Amino acid sequence: MVKQKIVVIGNGMVGHHFLEQLANRPERAMFDVLVFCAEPRPAYDRVHLSEYFAGRSADDLAMGKVEQYREWGYDLRLNDAAVSIDREAKIVTSASGAAEAYDHLVLATGSYPFVPPIPGHQHEKCFVYRTLEDLDKIQAAARHGKIGVVVGGGLLGLEAANALKQLGLEAHVVEFAPGLMSVQLDEGGSKLLREKIEELGVTVHTSTATELIEEVDGGRLRMQFKGDKELVADLIVFSAGIRPEDNLARSAGITLGERGGIVVDNHCRTSDKNIFAIGECALFDNRIFGLVAPGYSMARTTVSLLCGDAAEFNGADMSTKLKLLGVDVGSIGDAHGRAEGSAAITFVDEQTGVYKRMITDRAGKKLRGAVLVGDTDDYDTLLQYHLNDMDLPDHPEQLILPALDGAKPTLGAGALPDTATICSCHNVSKGDIVGAVQGGCCSLADVKDATKASTGCGGCSALLKNVVDTELAALGVEVNNDLCPHFPYTRQEIFHMVQVEEIKTFDTLLHKHGRGKGCEICKPTAASIFASLWNEHIHKKPHVGLQDTNDTFMANMQKNGTYSVVPRIAGGEITPDKLIVLGQVAKKYDLYTKITGGQRIDLFGARLEELPEIWRELTDAGFETGHAYGKSLRTVKSCVGSTWCRFGVQDSVGMALAVENRYKGLRSPHKIKMAVSGCTRECAEAQSKDIGVIATEKGWNLYVCGNGGMRPRHADLFATDLDDVTLIKYIDRILMFYVRTADKLQRTSVWLENLEGGLDYLREVVIEDKLGLAEELERQMGNVVGTYQCEWKTAINDPEMLKRFRQFVNTDVKDEKIVFVEEREQRRPATREEIVKIAEPA
Amino acid sequence: MSEVAITRAEWLHVCKRSDLVANSGVCALVGGRQIALFFLPDQEPQLYAIDNWDPIADVGVISRGIVAEIGGELTVASPLYKQHYRLTDGQCLEKAEYKLVTYPIAFEGDDVLIQIDH
Repeated sequence: MVKQKIVVIGNGMVGHHFLEQLANRPERAMFDVLVFCAEPRPAYDRVHLSEYFAGRSADDLAMGKVEQYREWGYDLRLNDAAVSIDREAKIVTSASGAAEAYDHLVLATGSYPFVPPIPGHQHEKCFVYRTLEDLDKIQAAARHGKIGVVVGGGLLGLEAANALKQLGLEAHVVEFAPGLMSVQLDEGGSKLLREKIEELGVTVHTSTATELIEEVDGGRLRMQFKGDKELVADLIVFSAGIRPEDNLARSAGITLGERGGIVVDNHCRTSDKNIFAIGECALFDNRIFGLVAPGYSMARTTVSLLCGDAAEFNGADMSTKLKLLGVDVGSIGDAHGRAEGSAAITFVDEQTGVYKRMITDRAGKKLRGAVLVGDTDDYDTLLQYHLNDMDLPDHPEQLILPALDGAKPTLGAGALPDTATICSCHNVSKGDIVGAVQGGCCSLADVKDATKASTGCGGCSALLKNVVDTELAALGVEVNNDLCPHFPYTRQEIFHMVQVEEIKTFDTLLHKHGRGKGCEICKPTAASIFASLWNEHIHKKPHVGLQDTNDTFMANMQKNGTYSVVPRIAGGEITPDKLIVLGQVAKKYDLYTKITGGQRIDLFGARLEELPEIWRELTDAGFETGHAYGKSLRTVKSCVGSTWCRFGVQDSVGMALAVENRYKGLRSPHKIKMAVSGCTRECAEAQSKDIGVIATEKGWNLYVCGNGGMRPRHADLFATDLDDVTLIKYIDRILMFYVRTADKLQRTSVWLENLEGGLDYLREVVIEDKLGLAEELERQMGNVVGTYQCEWKTAINDPEMLKRFRQFVNTDVKDEKIVFVEEREQRRPATREEIVKIAEPA
Repeated sequence: MSEVAITRAEWLHVCKRSDLVANSGVCALVGGRQIALFFLPDQEPQLYAIDNWDPIADVGVISRGIVAEIGGELTVASPLYKQHYRLTDGQCLEKAEYKLVTYPIAFEGDDVLIQIDH
């Protein structure tokens, strides 16, 4: 088979989406694919660019890794811009001199920031907000400045203003138009947004035109505005809109729009049928779509066409919902009500700072647009009415009015047509979700895995849950969350019973609320709940039979029935003397030693009966149990921090020690790992942990619910620049809330994904104390902290408990069936074949 | 003339009542065999004896498993790969081909006696 060759020019988000979609098609094998990318790195997430300042690294933002492209079999040419297209010969030439023939050419060149030609705009302290390199330059300039100005009060301009604020500058926004976000918001919405943003300390100048920028004494910049006003700044960021990057197409003679942009038809084809254009360089129906979702949609259309399917791009909805400087903003459809025959319903609450406006047709039957500022809870519902052209209810005003009796008319998932888009990031329709449920997905998590719905921005999570639940109910599936056959309750319900009724033993719990005799699911769950609440020693008589082997013997059982021993090395900090003790103990008992992934030392191969002796020696030397066996706090990883590191901005070791010593012994639904990094270089990899802490110049950024393991998840930024006390307070509350409400063996990552309202809700509970629980959560944690005991220390001083560690109750002989062999100068369990060989010498 | 093999079962003393752990297991070595002993004070019978060897993991750890009721039957869950073995007859619930040997066991006063064929 002769393969066709696809050349892609540009590797931004849209270009990447094209390549990703193509890679997932069986037709992929029909093509050779080559990508020219002008930037030094493959595609990254520009939508979340500002998070770069909040501690996310270039790697975190990366979408296409070089290895991934290699795996897909693409020829990726980084740092090599395409410079000309010979349409006749069908050849693209690049800056490095490569000349590559194509059968199909895809232009994904994107756009560039527009900089108004104000005299002085080329000054070295004038920037744009587009690439990671731009952000690096802004950050460097911000270090020596006090005042930063953003020219442009659109969506991206406000993002940039927030970034300047985060960098510690006094931020100003200068907008030529009379209002902020004038494309998406009407006058009322724009006015309220301005008030809210000014409350946050950003100064807004509207109806202001800049006429001149000049350097004044001391290297600062003076901005001269029309009408004699002026402002002195240390740096200026231009964010005055984008222009399509169409130069290459222009010089190749491809048809452009009057004001630029590569003209495409509804197949994303340009005037040359072998050349496609997608994303922000493409002009469809005389419009440039400056959002990522329409670009993705164009990419999918093009992939489908190349693979032989019929596909069309028919424009895109430009509705958007976002948080700007912490202010919720939503805009749907014709937000200004420009179409003829429009009527509006407006709700304004000056007290709480909420503005909502619906634009309908004159009959009030169809929703044409909406603006929401300060509260976007109604966005999803309104958007569905708009996108699916559904008839509004009889009193449409109720859709935006506060519900007086909680009886707000919500849009039942059942009312949506199958074609309704639920997740626009991944283009998942209601029909796709229904199909997944009918195909056997029985939970929200299953549906997410199968369809990718709600795994992008997550904005559709509530609606997705609604659709999934409705569909499950329609199929007559009763969602069974029972813990096990012995308890017809969820873990959360059992937790409440135990707490409210002060139940302290499994027998009582089973007698009052359960049935039968218990099993390996409910027993350890109950033991964990008892430990979280009452914190008694796990070897206390009534709890003995409830523990898994690891908890029973306070060590981790390995494949040959021996155990590994992990003493706590808080924060990874250890004295030479203690290191020597570990070495001596390991040598004495001939234990295999290994540094773990969590900065501790694991001693393997201890026989059951050796555990107490080993632990006596370790506790004598000052070691404590590391709880490596429990569903409990494991490690708090740390980098070396400001004490030694030239880049550290805070004492990460000190904080890691404080955190580890506080939460050691806490039992939870799943094991918990944490990390503290001393600067944004993030050497402790805190963003992959349940609780991650990263130092900033001003304090600590707190990340939550990250996960390594089978399904890795980056932690979410929960709060920024916290002082020590607030940091600990928030962690207390988050962890206890998790312990109380999570399902059995549910990791924090899954817990958060299933938490209705997600991260915002968690913030409301923890920071704003929405449930009035904060004090109780802290008290509960205080109790766990206050009743800590080293389980091993208690055990070795109790002869009754020690009896448990005998290999045989009736003799002191050793278990002869445990056989070791040597490898790399240490012992390891013998394999089955090796045991046979040893038993029958030749 | 034919020979008839006669197996002689004998009650052997294993340990004291105080060597057992209520609602959990311990291990005894009897005639070279590792035997897991479970003491469940609220059940009838109270004592169970079953081979300690986990045939799937190939190690002697059954005594360290958790006692679990599955479908109305008392079992022990192997601590390594979690298969359930019925305490009364040693049958593995997940894999029909595995069945552990069980032994008659009883209290005589404070002594624990077990009956072993040999």
